[in-house]
Amino acid sequence: MARLDRFARQAILAEIGAGLWLTLRYFFKPKATLNYPYEKNPISTRFKGEHALRRYPNGEERCIACKLCEAVCPAQAITIEAEPRADGSRRTTRYDIDMTKCIYCGLCEEACPVDAIVEGPNFEFATETREELMYDKQKLLANGDRWESELAKRLELDAPYR
Amino acid sequence: MDTGFFASDLGILILTLAKAVALLVPLLIGVAYLTYAERKVLAAIQLRRGPNVTGPFGLGQPFADALKMLFKETVIPAGASRALFLVAPMITFGLAILAWAVIPVNNHWAIANINVGILYLFAISSLGVYGVIIAGWASNSKFAFLGAMRSAAQMISYEVSIGIVILTVLVCVGSLNLNAIVLAQRTVWFAVPLLPMLVVFFISALAETNRAPFDLPEGESEIVAGFFVEYSAMSFALFFLGEYANMILMSALTTILFFGGWLPIAPIAPFTWIPGPIWFVAKVAMVLFVFLWVRATLPRFRYDQLMQLGWKVFLPFSLVWLVITAGALEAFGWLPHG
Repeated sequence: MARLDRFARQAILAEIGAGLWLTLRYFFKPKATLNYPYEKNPISTRFKGEHALRRYPNGEERCIACKLCEAVCPAQAITIEAEPRADGSRRTTRYDIDMTKCIYCGLCEEACPVDAIVEGPNFEFATETREELMYDKQKLLANGDRWESELAKRLELDAPYR
Repeated sequence: MDTGFFASDLGILILTLAKAVALLVPLLIGVAYLTYAERKVLAAIQLRRGPNVTGPFGLGQPFADALKMLFKETVIPAGASRALFLVAPMITFGLAILAWAVIPVNNHWAIANINVGILYLFAISSLGVYGVIIAGWASNSKFAFLGAMRSAAQMISYEVSIGIVILTVLVCVGSLNLNAIVLAQRTVWFAVPLLPMLVVFFISALAETNRAPFDLPEGESEIVAGFFVEYSAMSFALFFLGEYANMILMSALTTILFFGGWLPIAPIAPFTWIPGPIWFVAKVAMVLFVFLWVRATLPRFRYDQLMQLGWKVFLPFSLVWLVITAGALEAFGWLPHG
């Protein structure tokens, strides 16, 4: 009897019909895909994206060339050179990040005592050449200026958990 | 038709050419948009979006693909039989187009309304194997050859059951003329009394056009792409277009044999206002949707299952059904041309 039942189900293509019915219902379901360049997923305030060097509100750069980030960087992607500035304050003369070496672990951000180097929300910084990924101080400061409002908000939101 | 210019030899030639263009241009656009429709339907079923960047709703995608194909290099593998290698895709594509000569889109709207239309279609679709097997052999590649062997065996196997299904319809109609086959369905579409035959025909059509779940000849996971692995650029595009043209052809044939061609759903007022060709295209589109829908649903058959289904299930089943149909027609005195 079980065999007969099985045979009958096969003969009327019961399983295939059930499968087709399932896929037909999926056909009318809303799409799961994001329309990417026009639509983006929300990202965490802790998202580790492109690096940026921040400034104080008065325009003075935050980085004091303590080189903690350079020391902690596990990929040794950061290179810093520093000497006292004309006004006697200690500032970097060179702050390079090799973005091809960076593993986006966020340790530089953790190590920084003045919240100068941070990883921002930007993940769309692909380039056409390798050289463009060798970020220098100018590029990082420009990133900081560009993303400052978001960077400040992220730090503020994440502050209770730090 | 009058006895003027269009009755002279030249007139008939020009008229036929015009008809061919009038049929082929929409057909080729249809083929292009079938590839688009396939990607969209598969995407929708998989909750994706499908092509949506090239033009509004991605409608420019088929043309972008065609342009890309045009500008690619035709690579001819070392050791390939050059002439045959290049001829094979042309055969496949040419045959897929050739078959359309007898398809009636509306009452007497066929380029050639010949009395043995269905026989002609059957002959053309049998020749389709040649393109495949020549491609497989001329490529001088193991995968291509295996794919061609599979494809040839599969197409031949399923042609047998398709032939018998067509015979069942012919027994009901009493004519080989496609126009007459459609007109015979004015009372009821053959999809109703011959439903099991419709299922057998449709599944065989899937196998005949090498579509999922019978796409073993191009089973990516086993033999890369089957008989056209070695093809690139336009020669590949011709295979691709040929496959899709064949799909449309098989859908048209299903429509003609089982869904009453250009006939409206019911011969009453709101349906009869819509002209025949629109009904025909709508029905073909429905069948094509099922082609794509099935592809999105079913996994590929194993080769022995495929052969078993063709020879041990469909062949005896359709034979028995042919006998039953013929018997019923005889018993109730419904045989055409008594």
